[in-house]
Amino acid sequence: MKEKKFDPRRDYPLASQRPDLVKTVSGLDFSEISLENVSSGKIPPNEIRISPETLEYQARIAEAHGRFQLATNFRRAAELTRVPDEEVLKIYNALRPHQATKEDLIAIAKDIEKKYKAKINARFIREAIKVYERRDLLKKEQRVGENHGTIQTI
Amino acid sequence: MARSKRFELLAQREVNKDSFIHEWPEVGLVNMESPFDPKPSLVVEKGIVKEMDGKKRKDFDIIDYFIIHHCLDLKQAQKGMEMDSLRIARKVLDIDISRKGVIKIFSGLTPAKILEVVKHLDTVEMMMALRKMRARKTPANQAHVTNRRENPVLLAADAAEAALRGFAEEETTVAVPRSAAMNALAVLVGSQTGRGGVLTQCAVEEALNLKLGMLGLTTYSETLSVYGTESTFKDGDDTPWSKAFLASAYASRGTKIRFSSGTGSEVLMGNSEGRSMLYLEIRCLMCIKGAGSQGVQNGSISCIALPLSLPGGGRTVLAENLIATLLDLEVASGNDAMSSHSDMRKTAKLMTQFLPGTDFITSGYSSMPRRDNLFGGGNFDSEDYDDYLILQRDFLVNGGIVPVEEEDVIRIRKKAAKAIQALFKELGFPPITDEEIEVAVTVHWSQDMPERNRVEDLKASERILKENITGLDVARALSKLGYQDIAERILEIQKQRVAGDHLQTSAIFDADFHVLSAINDPNDYQGPGTGYRLAGEIRRRLTDIPQAKDPRQIATRFLTEEPEMLIEEIGEAVIGTDKNEVVIGLGPAFGTVLVETIIGLPHAEVLKEVLRGIEEERVTARLIKIYETSDCAFIGHKAAQLSGSGIALGIQSKGTTVIHQKDLSPLNNLELLSQASNLTIETYRAIGRNAARYVKGEPPFPVPTVIDNMARLKYIVKTTLMHMKETEQVDPNKSPQEVRVKFP
Repeated sequence: MKEKKFDPRRDYPLASQRPDLVKTVSGLDFSEISLENVSSGKIPPNEIRISPETLEYQARIAEAHGRFQLATNFRRAAELTRVPDEEVLKIYNALRPHQATKEDLIAIAKDIEKKYKAKINARFIREAIKVYERRDLLKKEQRVGENHGTIQTI
Repeated sequence: MARSKRFELLAQREVNKDSFIHEWPEVGLVNMESPFDPKPSLVVEKGIVKEMDGKKRKDFDIIDYFIIHHCLDLKQAQKGMEMDSLRIARKVLDIDISRKGVIKIFSGLTPAKILEVVKHLDTVEMMMALRKMRARKTPANQAHVTNRRENPVLLAADAAEAALRGFAEEETTVAVPRSAAMNALAVLVGSQTGRGGVLTQCAVEEALNLKLGMLGLTTYSETLSVYGTESTFKDGDDTPWSKAFLASAYASRGTKIRFSSGTGSEVLMGNSEGRSMLYLEIRCLMCIKGAGSQGVQNGSISCIALPLSLPGGGRTVLAENLIATLLDLEVASGNDAMSSHSDMRKTAKLMTQFLPGTDFITSGYSSMPRRDNLFGGGNFDSEDYDDYLILQRDFLVNGGIVPVEEEDVIRIRKKAAKAIQALFKELGFPPITDEEIEVAVTVHWSQDMPERNRVEDLKASERILKENITGLDVARALSKLGYQDIAERILEIQKQRVAGDHLQTSAIFDADFHVLSAINDPNDYQGPGTGYRLAGEIRRRLTDIPQAKDPRQIATRFLTEEPEMLIEEIGEAVIGTDKNEVVIGLGPAFGTVLVETIIGLPHAEVLKEVLRGIEEERVTARLIKIYETSDCAFIGHKAAQLSGSGIALGIQSKGTTVIHQKDLSPLNNLELLSQASNLTIETYRAIGRNAARYVKGEPPFPVPTVIDNMARLKYIVKTTLMHMKETEQVDPNKSPQEVRVKFP
């Protein structure tokens, strides 16, 4: 049987309209996620994670409803599903003011593009580099002892 | 200067504990009308923005760049920027222009242009606009769930109660960061005990926050703050790019996010660049949209007292919420941080979001007492629940909280506390005693909870992070422990994180985990008869408050087997010949269908006292029953026509009494004691005496009555019902009857 075509205007919510399209990162079917399978150990604790394909469906749904920025966010997210937690946090920290040199950020962009096929994120980081450079938000070389603690807002 | 007592009292009023200042635009202490705000402009050459809002490209800061790169739709911009601002403002309110049409225009407006448009709207117009522009059709609300001692049993119980009360989201936070994981766990278990589908979060610093989401212990996050000036953004240790990246990081783990912003933060942090607070907030909102956030919590939030110290604060904060919706963002509309000492002022401010409806009326209603709120207070708290519920009922508005029965709350709190007890045991966490559960079920605040070993609890909390205890583990454990329903719901939460439907704009879940968002529940308001209308089952639930009684069941004591008084009709009443008599006219239901006054004084006692008073003055009394009318004045007037002396008393069943004289017009009288609720048994004797003194031509004594300004308020329903009963007994064809009364 031919697979039903995805219609971003009709197929939301995926959980009830198109569960057939939803799979976990490692390809487990949506319907297979059950208490029984969790209890029997068939589903390992780290298994239940959103897949890049699902995020792409959500991006197309957002787009079909005129929400282009939200769609772009989902597409960046789709790429980030492949990036381990620690690395995600490292990139986030590098994007904070004065936390990374231009070279650091260039390297990160190149790295995630190559390792995780994170093209959109790489482009996003490169765009940040340009602005950071203009607005003096990059880390200066050899400035030891600087500590930027998080300032809690009230 | 002489001091006015009235001014002295005014000075002590709660509202005068709030701070008020005049505008000082140069430093940014101005809400939305600053002479230093830029004029709208947009110069685009070959697809490159050369100038925006009077600023040249070479002067753009990070926020300008981000807005241009990620928010502003240049295709829409040319048309939008050329359109007259007043015309756009009118389009916002025009019911013939859809929400979608308005959003399209706003996608091409610069911050200064948006400000110029919104400045044309007054408060009521903004409320109307919010009604049309909010993203989700069905309004909802968010709860704060915390306690000072970070007691996990109490957190679970409170989370369960908040869920039962209908909150769609619950936010907790920490007193010490180490307790984050345990608090998140307690709120997850508690919330799903109360109602499946409640979204939960734990507000902590981003890395930890992200981790809690990755573990599936939380489902959303709203800690992503942005600021409207570059230097403040840097002080917050972020850039629009870092925040946007973080937004994607959360989405990549299936966690819903909304950003956080609000007027006042920039000037408070000393970097307003001399702009108005609302102008800076618009820049924030455009960064938020550009970052791809589905929504925002704004409405000044923690800085609320600052815009409210200046003229137009309430309108400005409402404008913030409105602009979020004009940019197609979900809005959780503040009302969470303490905004005033005055209840009147707080409520009035609330109404501007409550009446139009927003995606979340508050971005945190304190579900526990203020003292236990770790978000620094709580504008409305657990003690205000009934006020809030009754406001919903008054205006037929869904404010996202449903009435509950006490026994259901107790039951659900107990279930949550027991579930967390069992789970702690299973996970090898510090034991929860039965005594703790018992106290947690009915306690008001954490100070009355039995002491726990904080050090051990914190260690357990750290174990969650170290051993990566996930939502899935929790579901598995609860299932094993026999809490099948809670386990199923926690698993369902994990499952939904895989489908990601809740990542779309304005998403919440109903009790069956059906997602409700701007996609499948879009606000379609376009004037009367459209949009969200309170009807059907939800209307029944919101109006059926436990305090409401069935009016058919309220009335008074009816005639019993052993009556305190027997009234016997002995024939048609005639005009008396005794010049020394008072005729007492009794209402048609008096002593027969109704047997006590509105405050429960037995009719027998009332009559005995009146007779005693007349007797004390050595005047005779004759009793008649009036059937033609139930009106007190007419009862008295009719009785007076039959009185030999021309003086009569008229007594209604609810207790209202009049002294009448036959030559007076019916609605005139000698004395009227109109507030039956303020009449005591002694009053009736005094009334009897006075009636007798009128007969003798002696001056009456003042009748002592209690003054209670709330009497009408308290008794109006009962008055209506009693009068209804009295009127049912009216027989226009039955003339007054002379009666004999026996007190067995």
